[in-house]
Amino acid sequence: MGLVARALEEIGIPTLVLTAAHSITKSVNPPRAAYVDMPLGYTAGKPHDKEFQKQLLRNTLILGTAIQTPGTIVDTGVRWSEDSSWKEAASSGLNNGVVSAEGDTRSERINTPQYQSEEDRKAAEG
Amino acid sequence: MSSSLNPVDYIGRTREQYSALGYEAYHWAERPDTPPWVPLNKSLEESRILLLGSGGAYQRGQVAFHWKDDTGLRLIPSDQPATDVRVTHFAYDLEPARSDPNIVFPLDRLNELVEEGFIKALTPHSLAFMGGIYSIRRTEEELIPAIVSEINTMETEIDLALLVPV
Repeated sequence: MGLVARALEEIGIPTLVLTAAHSITKSVNPPRAAYVDMPLGYTAGKPHDKEFQKQLLRNTLILGTAIQTPGTIVDTGVRWSEDSSWKEAASSGLNNGVVSAEGDTRSERINTPQYQSEEDRKAAEG
Repeated sequence: MSSSLNPVDYIGRTREQYSALGYEAYHWAERPDTPPWVPLNKSLEESRILLLGSGGAYQRGQVAFHWKDDTGLRLIPSDQPATDVRVTHFAYDLEPARSDPNIVFPLDRLNELVEEGFIKALTPHSLAFMGGIYSIRRTEEELIPAIVSEINTMETEIDLALLVPV
């Protein structure tokens, strides 16, 4: 996402990247980023918790747009939990926090459309 | 950042895991230079926002993303409920996002912030693609030009792009 943000700034559009992956965002170094302490797959909040999701966005927009120095990652204060034990088993999309020779849990990278449902396939392909 | 904050080091974990699996080291994008910077010149309540999400969102009726470096782009009408948004991705647990797409593509919440006057508007269409493109070259040569081209055809002014990865 950082590469996209940089490209949009190049064409004159201000950007703000929401991120739950601090190390990855720091490496690619977009102009403005807002960190949420959330597991991957939950960047914009907890499912069906409207107030949590909306407060996450409010914090992100207020703090992210206040950034004055290019390359800043501001902490939104948004936390998945006060207890950080989820991080021990946090999925990286590659494993579940356990480094092992059997730990690649990603789905096979198939080069045909992967629909959410068969009904979606019919809607798109007839 | 507060001292208690201890973000998961995904780069370090992935490096260890790749090594344990005998994979070649993965190369993350590194851009240590000062990033390009366009100042914001409007307040949030005056700002029209473009949402971009890389969680693999598509709309019912659109062709879904495939899982092998798909650099395609989907236009999602911003005025539809997020329940009409589908998601597909090979590298994160899809069940929670399929149950509530707002957690990766927060259309409903942004529309509510518009209604509340917190932001002015969304662009008529939001942009969705699928991250996990394991090629910086293809990201730069295929995905980014497609995004730029799409934005250039948008007739409304964009005051801020909000990028939501997974």
